[in-house]
This record gives sequence, C-alpha cells and structure tokens, in this order.
Amino acid sequence: MSTSDKEIFDKLSGLLQKFNTKNIELTETTDISTDLNIDSVAVMDFIMEVEDAYDIDIPLNVLSDTRTMKDLVKVVQSEIG
Amino acid sequence: MTDLLDKFGPHMERYEAMMEVGTDALGLVNEKILSPTRGIINGKETILAGTNNYMGVTLDKTCIEAGKKALDDFGTGTTGSRIANGTYGLHRELESEIASFLDKKHAIVFSTGYVANLGMIAGVAGPKDTIYLDADSHSSIYDGCTLSGARLVRFRHNDANDLAKRLARSKGEEGGRLVVLEGIYSMFGDRAPMDDFIAVKKEFGFQLMMDEAHSFGVLGPNGRGLAEEAGVYDHADFVVGTFSKALGAIGGFGAGDHPFFDAIRYHSRPYMFTASPSPASVATAIEAVKLLKREPERRERLRENSTRLFDGFKALGLDLACDVVSPVIAVKCKDEPSTIAMWNALLDAGVYVNIALPPGTPINTCLLRCSVSAAHSFDDIDQIIDLFGRVVAGGHGLDQQG
Repeated sequence: MSTSDKEIFDKLSGLLQKFNTKNIELTETTDISTDLNIDSVAVMDFIMEVEDAYDIDIPLNVLSDTRTMKDLVKVVQSEIG
Repeated sequence: MTDLLDKFGPHMERYEAMMEVGTDALGLVNEKILSPTRGIINGKETILAGTNNYMGVTLDKTCIEAGKKALDDFGTGTTGSRIANGTYGLHRELESEIASFLDKKHAIVFSTGYVANLGMIAGVAGPKDTIYLDADSHSSIYDGCTLSGARLVRFRHNDANDLAKRLARSKGEEGGRLVVLEGIYSMFGDRAPMDDFIAVKKEFGFQLMMDEAHSFGVLGPNGRGLAEEAGVYDHADFVVGTFSKALGAIGGFGAGDHPFFDAIRYHSRPYMFTASPSPASVATAIEAVKLLKREPERRERLRENSTRLFDGFKALGLDLACDVVSPVIAVKCKDEPSTIAMWNALLDAGVYVNIALPPGTPINTCLLRCSVSAAHSFDDIDQIIDLFGRVVAGGHGLDQQG
C-alpha cells in the first residue's frame, strides 16, 4: 500500500521541527527556506535527514525547484514510488 | 515593480550591525604590506595571521624578479583565453612545473583557484554523471558541481560510511561517479579520513578528485597534499589546487594521469571562456613551485609554527574547531555579536585573523580563523597566543584593550 501524501507531510514536518526554531506553523504552501528563515546549508542538512528517513537520494539539482512542503512531498512520493 | 535588490534588506541590516562595532570585517583594507606576516591596517602595524600565505613566499626576491621580468617581456595581461591568444610559453612552463611537482602526467592552469574547481569539476563530469560531494565542501566545489549539470548527491562531512550508503543507493545509475574531497577543509582545518574513503573507493568504484587548495605545498613528503601524506596518492585521479595560498600568486590548477586529460581544455567552459592568468602572476608561480621544491624545510617550519599556535591555544582553553594540527586553526565563538567584538578587539590589539560566520561555516559556527605561515617567527606565534589570551580566553576581555 502506498504512503499517502498526508503521511509524508507529517513525517517531513517532524523532521523539520529541529530546523524550525521559530515554531512556524507548517502548511502545504510553507516555503521551507524563506518562510522558516533558514539558510541554504540548513535546507540541505534537512534534506539529508529526509533522504535517510526514506532511504532515498534527493539530488541537489532537484532542490532548486522544490520550495514548498507540497513540492517536497511530491519529490519524496516520486522517489519512494 | 519588484526591486531586485529588496531581498538584500536583511543582509544589509546584518552588515550595518557589524559596522557599528568597528572595522569592516568583510572589506578590510591592507594599507601596506611590510612582509608576509606584517601589514599596516587602520594606520597600525599588524601581525597577519589570516592570509593563507602558508609558505610566506609573497615577497620572495626570486619570485618578484621573475614577475617583473615577465611584465617587461610579455606585458600586463594576455587579453585572451587559453584557447584563443591567451596561451604563452609561461603557461605551458607552469603546467610542466606543476605536473612535475605533483608527479602527474598532465596539468592545466586556470585563472584562479575558484575557477580551477569550476573548470575541473565541470570539465570531467556532465549531465549523465553523478557527483558525490562532502557537505562541508568549499563554495567553488558546489558551484562547479552545479555548472557541470551532473546529478549531485551530498554526503555527511568526512563520513565515508555515509558516502558508502549513498553510493549503494545509487547503484544502477548511468554515467560515471566522481567523489570530491578536500585535503584540508578551509574553515575548521580538518582533513578527510583518506583510508576510510579509499576503502569505499575500492568497494564501489568511482573517480576521486582531491581539492588540495590548503594542503598543496603543505602536506605530504613532497608537498603534494593530503593524499600523498596519507599514502594513497595513486588513488587521487585528479588533483586540484590554487596558486593563491602556498604559492603566493593567483591562479589554479588541475592535474591527473588520464590519457584523455587534455580533453578538459576543450570541454571546460571556465577554461575556455575567461582570460588566462597574467604573465607576471604565472611567472611568480613558476618560481614559487621551484622554491617549494628547493626549500622543503619551509614545510617543517610551518608544521612547527602550527603546532606552537595549536598548543598555545589549547593551553588557553580555547574551543578549537579541529583536534588535528594544521595551518588552519579556528577558534569557535559563542555567537555573531561576540565574534565580531572579539575580532575587532584582536585587530585593535595588533593581530589580523579571519572572521567566519554562517552560512559560510559548517553547523552554524562562528569562528575566529587563523592561518599560520612558515614566515611567522616563534615570537609572532607567541604574540598571537598572548593576544588571544587577553581578548578571547580572558572572559572576552574587551576592556583589557588599550
């Protein structure tokens, strides 16, 4: 049975908590970098956590088009699919 | 209309906060250079301890004479790229000297160290390939990877097991695999655990590029860098480095043994589409390479100085970014405001070091970064330790400044 987008969103939200130091509420449209005010290195570190949580690679090239939580859910979904 | 520069507002606020404390740390003016380890800053003689001038060759007489002669013989600039009118005999001679120094069959000279990484990475890897890069890689490596169009996979800093895990995940990808490591990482001064990485190389198979920017001329029995020091030099398929540190000039190089190595010249945009380094700079680099060969004792002197500074800082109880002695010795600080304040206090007290702040540093660290030179005297090193003791270790003793 495939993992639902909601399950992925929830898992990503959990992984993102330690980077979300200002405790900003996460929605599908949250921009991971600008809305959470975290720098590019922290975004890449967060992505590493996601890679390990799902045992997938998310190449850095994909990140330039991945801005929101919804974008990232889509990337994870396609990699684990 | 959206103003393109509006996005820089927060950056300017951060910069202005820094400027309120004192000197512009990001635009410091060296008013005069007195020696490789002394300059005039803010009208005052200052010990230079953040210049990456590892071998202290910038004012060497033979290098300067060679530069002057090149100016007389070839003029101020080449006005062209290497593949047009910008290749002079001097560029070929430097390539030959670098290849000989590194004991590699081929070498290519680039216009700067930054460009060397761009040129070599984008020269060897393309859109069908995968590059594995260390998380703490220098920006020039990140930018070279982006330029290459290759698939980019980042692994945890200095963690060969993490690399192995990612290589295992990617089995079945088409194209070649390039792993890029640095000899000495520029901010913390730590180095790649080569034995671990070479074990992974043997298991998974990839081509290895060693960026020896901070370790060329510094590490290894012949100064070839970390791969040589670790006894795994044959595994360094490509070696990249710069002329702007141990060689005291400007420019960079890539080297290797591959029979198709010279094809990089015709596939590397950073090689093809920028002017070649100026004759004077190339001539001084040639002399500096010869000098490093002629005077290996400079490496020993650098080691002694680095150990003295490292031990002195340890004795002060400073929190160092790395446990291994190297010419890069970085002190971890509490936060950005205190780092800026201490940097200014050190400068006022007569020593220049680098200030390094996130995101230019790993794991959000604020650093006061020293780089040691073979040209420092023990007295210089002791003065640096003394000033750090008063300013940094002494409870941020800013009030102790004159």
